Amino acid sequence: MRCIINRQHSISHIRQRWYIFIPAVVFCICGLIPLGYLIGKAFQLESSSLVENLFRWRNARLFLNTILLTVGVLLTDILLATPAAWLTSRSDIKYKRVFSVLCTLPLAIPGYVIAYALLAIGGNNGIFAMLFNWSIPRLNGYWGALIALSFYTTPYLFLNLRTAFLGLDPSVEESARSLGQSEWGVFFQVILPQLRPAFYAAGLLICLHVLGDFGVVSLMRYETFSYALYVEYRLLFEHNYAAWLALILLTITGCLLCLESVLLKNTDLHRAGHGTARTPSVITLQKLKKIGYTYLCFLFIMTVCIPTLTIILWLFRGFELSALEGIVEAFLGSIGVAIPVAFVCALLAVPFAYINVRYSTHISNAIARIPYIVYAIPPLAFALSIIFFVKRTDVTVIVLITACILHFLAEAIGPVRSPLYQALPNLEDAARSLGCSPFIAFLRTMFPILLRGMLIAIALVFLATMKELPLTLLLRPPEYETLAVNVWDYTEEAMFAQAAPYAFVILVFSAIFVGLLIRKER
Amino acid sequence: MEKKRMYIEIHILVMFLILGSIQAETITLYSGRSKSLVEPIIEQFEKDTGIEVIVSFANTTQLASKLITEGEKSPAALFWAQDAGALGAVSKRGLFAKLPENILSKVPETFQHGDGLWVATSGRARVLAYSTERLSIDKLPKSIFDLTQPKWKGKVGWAPLNASFQAFVTAMRGQVGDERTEKWLRDMKTNGTIAYPKNTPIIEALDAGEIDLGLPNHYYLFRFKKSNSKFPVSQTFFKVKDPGNLVNVAGIGLLKNSKNHETSLKLIEYLLSSKAQQYFVSEVFEYPVIDGVIPNPNLVPLDELLNIVPKFDLNEMDDIEGTVKLLRRVGIM
Repeated sequence: MRCIINRQHSISHIRQRWYIFIPAVVFCICGLIPLGYLIGKAFQLESSSLVENLFRWRNARLFLNTILLTVGVLLTDILLATPAAWLTSRSDIKYKRVFSVLCTLPLAIPGYVIAYALLAIGGNNGIFAMLFNWSIPRLNGYWGALIALSFYTTPYLFLNLRTAFLGLDPSVEESARSLGQSEWGVFFQVILPQLRPAFYAAGLLICLHVLGDFGVVSLMRYETFSYALYVEYRLLFEHNYAAWLALILLTITGCLLCLESVLLKNTDLHRAGHGTARTPSVITLQKLKKIGYTYLCFLFIMTVCIPTLTIILWLFRGFELSALEGIVEAFLGSIGVAIPVAFVCALLAVPFAYINVRYSTHISNAIARIPYIVYAIPPLAFALSIIFFVKRTDVTVIVLITACILHFLAEAIGPVRSPLYQALPNLEDAARSLGCSPFIAFLRTMFPILLRGMLIAIALVFLATMKELPLTLLLRPPEYETLAVNVWDYTEEAMFAQAAPYAFVILVFSAIFVGLLIRKER
Repeated sequence: MEKKRMYIEIHILVMFLILGSIQAETITLYSGRSKSLVEPIIEQFEKDTGIEVIVSFANTTQLASKLITEGEKSPAALFWAQDAGALGAVSKRGLFAKLPENILSKVPETFQHGDGLWVATSGRARVLAYSTERLSIDKLPKSIFDLTQPKWKGKVGWAPLNASFQAFVTAMRGQVGDERTEKWLRDMKTNGTIAYPKNTPIIEALDAGEIDLGLPNHYYLFRFKKSNSKFPVSQTFFKVKDPGNLVNVAGIGLLKNSKNHETSLKLIEYLLSSKAQQYFVSEVFEYPVIDGVIPNPNLVPLDELLNIVPKFDLNEMDDIEGTVKLLRRVGIM
């Protein structure tokens, strides 16, 4: 079902499209400066101290814990997100867009809030005990971390897969069916292979999230590598050992990127025949429909309702109206960063996706993956390096916005890349042969195809930025408030009732924003 | 006509220039203390003095890292930290200026840096928190060393990675020596002590029934009690002079490279005034560092507290590095 077109043909475009590399190279230079800073810090550590601290049994155990958790979350996400993505894109269930928004919402809840919510269920005076008068033990350790992180990362896979499902060319499936494949056969042998780029892009993001998470694993008392890393960064020494831990995480990231690059080699998923793809057909579920609804509702209850319920219960823990005073300012502060970051990231993702899909030299492969490396740099180290290089970080919010763009670009690439894999490369050539300039040709032919992915990219980056904390805390100008900072400030002092409205506004506004984007999709 | 209008325009322009040059006095403050706790008192300072305070709020240790990374180019004039360890780290790098005598003389020597580089603004105590559902006050361990007994196996919670815990271990090393501290840490670990990321989760775990005893800072419990007076957790001290009892401080220092030291010092003075101290005691549930403050009925009075805690020197508390080495050796971090 795959078609290998002549690669020479696409490489010959490099000279014509050199300008595509400009934003990418500028980004890479800016993004890699913090990496240089990190390496510099790491090599200031004396080797004896390094050996003593790094090669300990504890680190081996943390390493193993990290790997187990990453694999576990990845598998759980695949199980949770694949049916949801299929149901909301290809089946004939109703309210597909509503369900799509609901499945995206966990992204709007900070990870540590999800962890607090899951912890609140169990225990002597937990939600379960209040409702059923029966105390169940609280979640903790591996399973606690696994469940909380899976809930919180499922939307990455969901959104990427959904974009890929919507871009499928039905004629391929139809030919498979006409050749005698069963429905399941079609799914596993025709559809799944076409979803690979989406799987890999989301899988990478999920792995990077688990590798870098601190909020969830610390509350669930499951010690991973990133836990150790954060603890090191909390210490007030030179952070040289912390830099080594960060470099190890980056090495793991590098390995994952190589793996992805090998797996994606020679992937061409566009149609080979004449004409253009139709909109994918809708599959009638009949009796299975009920199961579909039940499944989506289950997912919604677990990933969104439980955290929301916890936030509402927080309100009953001594709420004071004075907490609402700063909410408008915080809201404006949040969207003041999140909206520009989301739009710029979605635009910047286009050259990166383009380089990734259309060129296949070693250099282009490397450039296309640098955003992921930048993303994997621990935010604290990233912020400190910016403080080191920029003369004053406190004058304008542009420093924070730039830092967020550099950090979050990786989240935008996956959704933009999927439709590009499915798009026909000679479409542009056709436009050029009809007399369009390269740029106009791109705008007329590729841009409409990429738009769907870009909208999802905007949604992903927007949600991530709305709840961003470490970069904001260190790089915002004085008195620049965001919702996430307020949630953090109040929960840190155990004033959960005061934190609740701020968390709630993040959730509600994110739902509205994602809803608007998904409406625009068609 | 035209000329007259131009005159008016120039006039307005000049007025703006003059207004622009008479800027209100400002202080740039890095606050590692939460906005929710200290914003009211900063606003009161602005109202009382007409000086504008530009505050950057963040986590204490992160702000200290930021200050150290910024070095001389830092815009900060003051650094207000949640614990002595962070203040120690900044003063060790020579970023603080010595505070004038009239400020240092306001607080007892126990509550200031040995060379006068920073002063404490309020005190917080380490306590023994317990579940009132499962334990009564007479059943509690009398010393922190009793927590390693088999009967407390798996029933104690601590936050060993937290800065306030590390300050406590540092103080304990000063009192009983490294060897005994290390043994205690090892015994605690083998006794199945449960590690939480910070203080709040310890209190929540006591409520949930996960543990019976915990070692948090003293003020978190009051926030839980405030909304629910029946909250089934209470707290107390160990026996008199036990190393488990400790006073740690929040404190403030003046950055050497900042301008207008005079103005900045006004804020420090204000924080040590009885008005601000009363606020910390009544609203934040902390201990005062000056005399003459009406005590909070929920708290042990300051002089009584100073009797309970062993003799301590805040300056010794900046050997966090030694504590971290110890914690690493024991395998806690």
